[in-house]
Amino acid sequence: MKTYTNPIYAWKRSADQDGAPPRRPVIVVGAGPVGLAAAIDLAQQQVPVLVLDEDDTVSVGSRAICYAKRALEILDRLGCGERIVRRGVEWKVGRVFFRDEQVYSFDLLPETGHRRPAFVNLQQYHLEECLVDRLAELPKAEVRWRNKVVAVTAREDDVLLRVATPEGEYDLSCEWLIACDGSRSPVRALLGLEAEGQVFHDRFLIADVHMKSDFPAERWFWFDPPFHPGQSALLHRQADDVWRIDFQLGWDADPELEKQPARILPRLRSMLGEKALFDIEWASVYTFACRRMHRFRQGHVLFAGDAAHVVSPFGARGANSGFQDVDNLIWKLKLVLAGRAPERLLDTYDAERVAAADENLLNSTRATDFITPKSKVSRTFRNAVLALAKHHAFARKLVNSGRLSLPHVYRESPLNTPDREGEAFSGVMVAGAPAVDAPVESKAAPWLLDHLRNGFTLLAFEGAIPNKAAEALAHDPVACRILRVGGGPDGDLGDRAGHLRERYDGRPGTCYLLRPDQHVCARWRRFDIDDVRAAIRRATCND
Amino acid sequence: MAALNTGPNMAAPDDFYEDLIALHRDLSEEESALVNAKLVLLLANHIGDPEVLAAAMAAAREDVVASGGSS
Repeated sequence: MKTYTNPIYAWKRSADQDGAPPRRPVIVVGAGPVGLAAAIDLAQQQVPVLVLDEDDTVSVGSRAICYAKRALEILDRLGCGERIVRRGVEWKVGRVFFRDEQVYSFDLLPETGHRRPAFVNLQQYHLEECLVDRLAELPKAEVRWRNKVVAVTAREDDVLLRVATPEGEYDLSCEWLIACDGSRSPVRALLGLEAEGQVFHDRFLIADVHMKSDFPAERWFWFDPPFHPGQSALLHRQADDVWRIDFQLGWDADPELEKQPARILPRLRSMLGEKALFDIEWASVYTFACRRMHRFRQGHVLFAGDAAHVVSPFGARGANSGFQDVDNLIWKLKLVLAGRAPERLLDTYDAERVAAADENLLNSTRATDFITPKSKVSRTFRNAVLALAKHHAFARKLVNSGRLSLPHVYRESPLNTPDREGEAFSGVMVAGAPAVDAPVESKAAPWLLDHLRNGFTLLAFEGAIPNKAAEALAHDPVACRILRVGGGPDGDLGDRAGHLRERYDGRPGTCYLLRPDQHVCARWRRFDIDDVRAAIRRATCND
Repeated sequence: MAALNTGPNMAAPDDFYEDLIALHRDLSEEESALVNAKLVLLLANHIGDPEVLAAAMAAAREDVVASGGSS
């Protein structure tokens, strides 16, 4: 590749290979985006973590490139959001073309007052490098490259691993194993577990092209374009003047043949024009499936990211949902390790993230059915929708080139406390929803989400919460911090523009209880310390 | 909630039928299929109510699938 050289992370012999290492609290298998994020989240909260990876570098090829607002907010909490956003390309507008005409465009974040954009595009290798560097800053974390797990024994209270290295094999044990080892998860296979679902009969050519171009930073999707008749195509801008181009090829295409530059170049020339100057950085032909494991928790083994669930790429729901898995899992694991919550709290990781995976699978399957119609009549309806979309607004809602990743709302979660009878709220901040960001006035940090870090927080609007109550909550076994919104000497956060009041329907007295992953788990119109404590017990399975 | 109205609801049914057939005049089978699909989508959006649409879909499929072929 012209714009990127993969770093090599040297294998070092570990002292564990020459002795009987003690049982570790947590081992993460896989140093991809999800495994690295899990390790950062643990280590920055002082939980020792060991990461094992069979390779010695970051992603080969750009692979996952679209990081959604919620994933960026999680990366902010992990201490690497800023670097990733600066390195990448921000976008929020998508355009859909049918044959030679634009049929409609959409804006994924039309309102202002958000720290992070709707999306940042960045090659997966850049993102992984940022995560590897961040992890290296944390003394509680260690990564062992070229350490391949070759045997897993899941016992009642712990997990035993056999690990192969360039200098032979050795054994490790841990209380909890987090498997983030990708869609073909060796850990899953070694345990005899499966991910079930649907394989789609279509092939796609993915090509990264280095080119100076004044195309805007937008997502462009074509159905049946003149340069690639009968199929679809997708264009995304990435960092370093690299462009991602995706060509649908159909099931009958020969993947080996299509990977040859002699086949790729004419396709690119017909799309980009005869005069365009470009180099191919990387190309691959892929198929995809939509499937998930039956359960993401198997005793003391926890599956996250592609190891647990895979979706089609349309909608950017792979890596983004993997970050949300980590966000959901790590605070729970930390409480369980600290003895402040029972193990069954981890069953709610399974319940909440299975529900999220099903939402992603549904969206991604529907997009795939629109993009790759499976019958003649399905294609006719698809083309009818596209033909109507140019002139009729209703049809634009039916065009599905991928429903782009949004965070799942844990509406049905057992961790939620229902609203008090008679208390009504407007807006989207229901129990289970992730906290919506907003600008705030504060000496500490200018965005709400910066103030919601690694613990339970009660966001309290202009209400009199007695200092004694605040003090008591701060010293509970599962502590809760009070964050007061509104002017006056007691206010922690100013809200002069009124974004918080508006987004949270925050009348005086209103309180939101936010979990460590920034999701709402209870809300009230009036503070009551007993209700707050009961809600925290419920959200930690201590009830 | 609204139910699917399958009683007589057109002032001039013969006029409608003539227009419907005329709509497809000189069209190939493929073009006709596209016009029909567009018509279904336009009408479905006009109706909007998911229960009415579901009832209409079920009624449309009735007696079409060969016996024993319920799916």
